[in-house]
Amino acid sequence: MTDILNALVIFANFVLVPGLAYGSQLALGALGVTMVYSVLRFSNFAHGELMSFGAMTAILTTWALQSQGIGLGPLPTALLALPVAIVVTIAVALIADRAVFKYYRKTRAESVIYLIVSLGVMFFLGGLIRFIIGPNDRVFTDGQRFIMKARSFKQMTGLNEGLAIKMSQGITVVTAFIMVAFVFWFLNKTRTGKSMRAYSDNEDLALLSGINPERVVMITWIITGALAAVAGTLYGLDKSYKPFTYLSILLPIFASAIVGGVGNPIGAIVGGFVIAFSELTVTFAYKKMLTYVLPETLAPEGLVQALSTEYKIALSFVILTIVLLIKPTGLFSGKTI
Amino acid sequence: MTLNRTPLLFAVVAVMFAAVGIFQSWNLAFTVLNLGLISAIMTLGVNIQWGYAGLVNFGVMGFIALGGLAGVLVSMPPVPGAWAAGGTGVLAGLAAGVAGIVASVITWKKTAHMGGKRYTIMAAVVLVSVVVFRMIIDPAVAAIESFESAKSGYLGGLGLPIMISWVVGGVLAAAVAWVIGKVSLGLRSDYLAIATLGISEIIIYAMKNEDWLSRGVKNVAGLPRPVPYEIDLQQSPWLIEFTQNWGLSIVDTSSVIVKVSYAALFTVVLLIIYRLSEIALRSPWGRMMNAIRDNEVSAEAMGKDVKAKHLQVFIIGSAVIGVAGAMLTTLDGQYTPASYQPLRFTFLIWVMVILGGSGNNAGSIIGGFLVWFFWVEAEPIGLALIELLTFAMADDNWLKLHLIKSAAHTRYIAMGLVLILVLRFAPKGLIPEVKR
Repeated sequence: MTDILNALVIFANFVLVPGLAYGSQLALGALGVTMVYSVLRFSNFAHGELMSFGAMTAILTTWALQSQGIGLGPLPTALLALPVAIVVTIAVALIADRAVFKYYRKTRAESVIYLIVSLGVMFFLGGLIRFIIGPNDRVFTDGQRFIMKARSFKQMTGLNEGLAIKMSQGITVVTAFIMVAFVFWFLNKTRTGKSMRAYSDNEDLALLSGINPERVVMITWIITGALAAVAGTLYGLDKSYKPFTYLSILLPIFASAIVGGVGNPIGAIVGGFVIAFSELTVTFAYKKMLTYVLPETLAPEGLVQALSTEYKIALSFVILTIVLLIKPTGLFSGKTI
Repeated sequence: MTLNRTPLLFAVVAVMFAAVGIFQSWNLAFTVLNLGLISAIMTLGVNIQWGYAGLVNFGVMGFIALGGLAGVLVSMPPVPGAWAAGGTGVLAGLAAGVAGIVASVITWKKTAHMGGKRYTIMAAVVLVSVVVFRMIIDPAVAAIESFESAKSGYLGGLGLPIMISWVVGGVLAAAVAWVIGKVSLGLRSDYLAIATLGISEIIIYAMKNEDWLSRGVKNVAGLPRPVPYEIDLQQSPWLIEFTQNWGLSIVDTSSVIVKVSYAALFTVVLLIIYRLSEIALRSPWGRMMNAIRDNEVSAEAMGKDVKAKHLQVFIIGSAVIGVAGAMLTTLDGQYTPASYQPLRFTFLIWVMVILGGSGNNAGSIIGGFLVWFFWVEAEPIGLALIELLTFAMADDNWLKLHLIKSAAHTRYIAMGLVLILVLRFAPKGLIPEVKR
């Protein structure tokens, strides 16, 4: 019995807990991408940099707070900085829309033109970020590092294996839950949210019913900016902040959005967790876990790893391809792009 | 108007390079020019896909890297010890892998009527293929990688002249493009963009990790050259005499001669590819591609097989990019998978195409030269700009110091602005497409 528990603890420690945190980050990112897609009808390649911008603002604010001696005790100061990051990122998103994207809405440009324009925004924001904070690694966690340490878990339960939960992981899951709950409440219960869904479903009909498209677009960017700021900060908090990583996280984010069904918010959330957990379960080495469960004679020799960890990124793409081939609308029947 | 603009722009580019030669150094000027020539070929490749047919390929980096891989596989001497250790095993493993893929594809096609059971059968076939593949190839790979791992640890290449790899790189890129195209063409542009971006990342990851093939992140250095080495030139009597007569530095002169030889080779390739692209564009094939791009539905109604044509143009464009990738590795003289970054090797090429003029080959070449020039010179220009803007500040002002330190990053901002401004105010680029 303890063997099985030990095996489960290993699984929880290396797959479940990190997967929940990573999945939440992807889900928030994918939700932002999906919102832009369903209202503005293009894949926003600048979303990664938008997240990066939010994280950068959070870091700068955190530094300012730290230098004033303001902190949150056991919680990271970055949480206090989050509202500032959200406001600044929303401003950036709105400015980008005004200065760049609005023109193409007016001229009813093809979505592929939007796509390339968003590349321009990506370059610009990426450069601005590197200009302000530099290209190097920044660690900005402070406060308590662990909610539960592996050793105290062992003492508490008497098991051989420990379960560690980082503070950043706990905060990620809780914050992501609050954000997602808020977005869903907004989309489903408020008048503005309903008008947004109507606009996304049928633009012409929404216009006929007197919905102001510019207002819908503005609110979309506000929500997207907020989501991006939170997702970016949480990702940076969990994995350390480096401007360059936000381009490579774009791919799993797009994969999450498409796997779930582009344009479908629930799909984005589910997609995020599908991608996160499949990356972790496929690249996890099951050796130690199996030695607990299997009788000694059957104990595996190799690592029992389906794919080496370096190929994580490939996996999100493989899943994407399978979904595209089998069910192009995604798990939750989003729009077919 | 358009007729006059092209030579004018080429003149501007020539003046710019001459300025670098005169004010900085000829050595630098030719370094910039060589990479400009290679960039121009990459740009032609993207232009074939995007300008002719409207396909969004964000996997440029992957094809460039494949070209580079061809450079290693063609030119490096083989490692007999590694071949003895695991050569047959790897070949058998690869054969098993191909067999597995074929089996999977056949199963997929034959089980179309089975409904839900189809996926179970498919999963079983794929799982068995993967297990067999790994069982054969893993020990062989381990044997190869442990053979003199500090020095080789890979199979080596064929030991042929490196210029052959320019063709091989194109063929390799074309073969991979065929696979990618089979899977992702027919999807709409957003998907193709994301899919190609993903595949290019996977190609780079594979190259970083498959040490038996090309040493992964341990890199392959010392690739043979198609042009003479500086050291040999410095010892040749005619050059010694020449530099003495003209009072030049022999080190600089030899290095310039090497770069000029590269430039000559690259120019020949660029002209050939440009000529071929132009012929293709003016042919009925080119007009058909434009028709498909401008109105897919009508083209299909006229009996054109849009998907097949897209596949064709995707392969051709990727092959051109692969050629350029092999040339790039030849110029560098080394193969470093970690140096492939999407911003530099995918998105920058896109800026070149958009600036130069989508659908216009001469425009693409100009775009390649101009953007590459500014990418290199952005740092000094940005620095000068910052110095100018902050001249009133004290020299130890933290803001000024920070700005000067960050000058290199102005290139990203500049590229973003170029893309945004061109698409907004001159969406046809510097040299617009010629409508025939």
